[in-house]
Amino acid sequence: MADERTKQVGAFLARQGILVAFVLFMIGFALANHRFVAIDNILGVVRSSAILGVMALGVTFVVISGNLDLSVGSMMSFSTIVVLDLHDKLGPALAIPAMFAMTLALGALIGFLVGYLRLNSLIVTLGMLSAIHGLTLTYSGGKNMDIADKAGTWFGGIGRGSVLGIPGPILIFGLLALVLGVTLAKTPFGRKVYAVGGNGTAAIFSGIPRARVVFMTYLVSSFCVATAGLLQASRSLGSQNTVGQGLELEVLAAVILGGASLLGGSGTVFKTVVGVLILGFIQNGLLLVGLEFYVQYVVTWIIIILAVWLDVAAKRGRILSPIA
Amino acid sequence: MTDQDRKPALRLEGIVKTFPGVRALDGVSLSVMPGEVHALMGENGAGKSTLMKVLGGLHQPNEGRIFIGDEPVVMGSPMDAKAKGVVFIHQELSLAEELSVAENIYLGQLPRKSFGRVDWTRLHADSDAILKRLNCGFGSGAIVGELSIANMQMVEIARALTVDAKAVIFDEPTASLTDAEKVVLFEVIADLRKQGVGIVYISHRMEEIFRISDRISVLRDGAYRGTLKTAETDEDEVTRLMIGRSLDLSRNAEHVELGDVALEVRGLSCGKLFHDVSFDLRAGEVLGFYGLVGAGRTEIAETLFGLRTPTAGKILLKGREVTIHSPMDAIAHGLSLVPEDRKSQGLILGMNCRDNITLPQVDDLTAGPFVSDGAEIAIFDQYRDRLDIKTPSWRQLVGNLSGGNQQKIVIGKWLSMRPEVLIVDEPTRGIDVGSKSEIHNLIRELAKSGYAVIVISSEMPEVLRVSDRVAAMYSGKLMRIFTADEVTEDNLVQAISGLSENSRVA
Repeated sequence: MADERTKQVGAFLARQGILVAFVLFMIGFALANHRFVAIDNILGVVRSSAILGVMALGVTFVVISGNLDLSVGSMMSFSTIVVLDLHDKLGPALAIPAMFAMTLALGALIGFLVGYLRLNSLIVTLGMLSAIHGLTLTYSGGKNMDIADKAGTWFGGIGRGSVLGIPGPILIFGLLALVLGVTLAKTPFGRKVYAVGGNGTAAIFSGIPRARVVFMTYLVSSFCVATAGLLQASRSLGSQNTVGQGLELEVLAAVILGGASLLGGSGTVFKTVVGVLILGFIQNGLLLVGLEFYVQYVVTWIIIILAVWLDVAAKRGRILSPIA
Repeated sequence: MTDQDRKPALRLEGIVKTFPGVRALDGVSLSVMPGEVHALMGENGAGKSTLMKVLGGLHQPNEGRIFIGDEPVVMGSPMDAKAKGVVFIHQELSLAEELSVAENIYLGQLPRKSFGRVDWTRLHADSDAILKRLNCGFGSGAIVGELSIANMQMVEIARALTVDAKAVIFDEPTASLTDAEKVVLFEVIADLRKQGVGIVYISHRMEEIFRISDRISVLRDGAYRGTLKTAETDEDEVTRLMIGRSLDLSRNAEHVELGDVALEVRGLSCGKLFHDVSFDLRAGEVLGFYGLVGAGRTEIAETLFGLRTPTAGKILLKGREVTIHSPMDAIAHGLSLVPEDRKSQGLILGMNCRDNITLPQVDDLTAGPFVSDGAEIAIFDQYRDRLDIKTPSWRQLVGNLSGGNQQKIVIGKWLSMRPEVLIVDEPTRGIDVGSKSEIHNLIRELAKSGYAVIVISSEMPEVLRVSDRVAAMYSGKLMRIFTADEVTEDNLVQAISGLSENSRVA
């Protein structure tokens, strides 16, 4: 009986190891600094994680289908700069759809290259990271972008306002997570994403249009990036060309922390949200216990390695294994 | 010398291994005498691989002991097992193809000189000595990637002989060997036993087992079912021990009412793969395709299913000409393909049973925008019952099922699409003998219930068992189509060897 229970606990730990580690971290930080669990701190962490989180939602689709997207950071800079620029030229009501269309076009290009031409996603999106950065600099002439009349526009309301006390970014992150979570878990499209990532050949042999599914995952990803760019632009009303730089790795870290396999075929939107929050709270906790901001880059890396190692160790049943 | 006088080279005693929810091995005992070939048989899922993993140190047993000679041992890892004289020759080769034969033989234990330099002279001398012992026709300097599969296997065996092997375990060693190559392998095994090595030989192939083994031990459902002396038993007894009943190996003698022509193929060609292939297929009929590997059978199936583009010819379904550009087109026209390689083409191993079965029709199983759980489970239940798929629940991942049940999932997937024409490529590859006859019966039943079925197979008994007519392929050409009454093993072998052109009976 007791033996049975130990086994169940073991199985639970293996499945939910990340969540357990997260709770332990939280308790540790809370003991070290009681500010950590203050409501305004928690809300602050969630709000500042929201932009990263929105991007991670899209990348979850790409990773489950068995590919990578390293272009999201640079693409987010692009959409932020574009929407800020167009805001003054076309007005916010036209600027937003125009920016979405341009960002989706970039996603479609990646989707075409990876899906239909079957090029390696690492190479394609790493190249796009650089190419889109160049595009953004060309577009802006290398200058920072600012909205001229910051007081006279409703545009800032999206990123700065709140509904029923819930800040706009959190609301949009939550809504998008819900919609995309249900899409992935419950619709035929979601099922096909898992199938293509689980075994692309078998998916084709089952009559699933692999290329189209991969194409669609990059559209979803670029839609999320456009939303993140909108939130970023609206919150700051002005931006540098490099606002999204380095975010692609943090996004990937959050998705992996959530437990999606880089080999494709597994992961969920809910797990990614958990991954985003873990990353946000750990970075916040490190600041509160008095570590310098720059230390975070190193600590983030260590956390990723730990997460991946725990995941692999749970699957093979021991910590150090002579085989794979 | 009788068995009682000698000490076993290797002895397993009361091995128990449990996984969450499964008792994979339930008190299995086995002893192998020096100089004995001991066959280990059992259906897929009977526990053979688990037992070998316990022996090889990949799993630790929950109960039971392993003895080498008189000495109880604990196998901590594969390296540990090898150091103790237990060596495995696996079905899948694990060689570094870019390296030389000698480097592969001593991989991880290259002889050294001072400053850690490799002692090449000694390496090649030692390797050549082993190769000579195995009568290999190649030297230790050859690059492994350039050898034939059979010779690569010799390298694996050579690797086993670098230690003082007490027991060598062969796991399905002949799976990818030609008949001539098998003879060489059996000679090597005979040689090893002369040197007093105990040999465990795992295989599904009865004729091999009876040719080379001294005793046969049988596992079923993780339990030990007994050991037979090969000389005193026959295939029937072994089969009954393995599956608990006798096996039907007769030829197909049924004559079913044939329906309308379901599929017509006229002059179909695809580059160099196959040329000018024409045949008809009626509802209620099984057409077998037999030929050597590379004769173009699988390629015809892939072309019909839209995975390849034909360079010439026509495909007519129910009398209407169709063009098929993709599997989606094929499925829409009522064609289904159970592919050759179940694991890489047929299934998504990390997905559950239900989702695998409903995958091709998931677009149609919706309630509003969402996949309907109820509709999916209904389909799963229907085909689980109809095909007798053994799984604890639809939530089970397909990768955890036995080969036979996996194949039934693939067949169920395509039956649930209600196709007009069902193509089954190598329906029983890697499947144990019990499930095999189940799948043969299933194919006959499908034809009887009105499906038009194409069965592609490399096993003659299988083709003869299920087919109403047999198409013989040779080098991309359809040589002849035999009716069940006409076909004999002789004329079929002639046809697939390209010999029948002259002696053709019209």
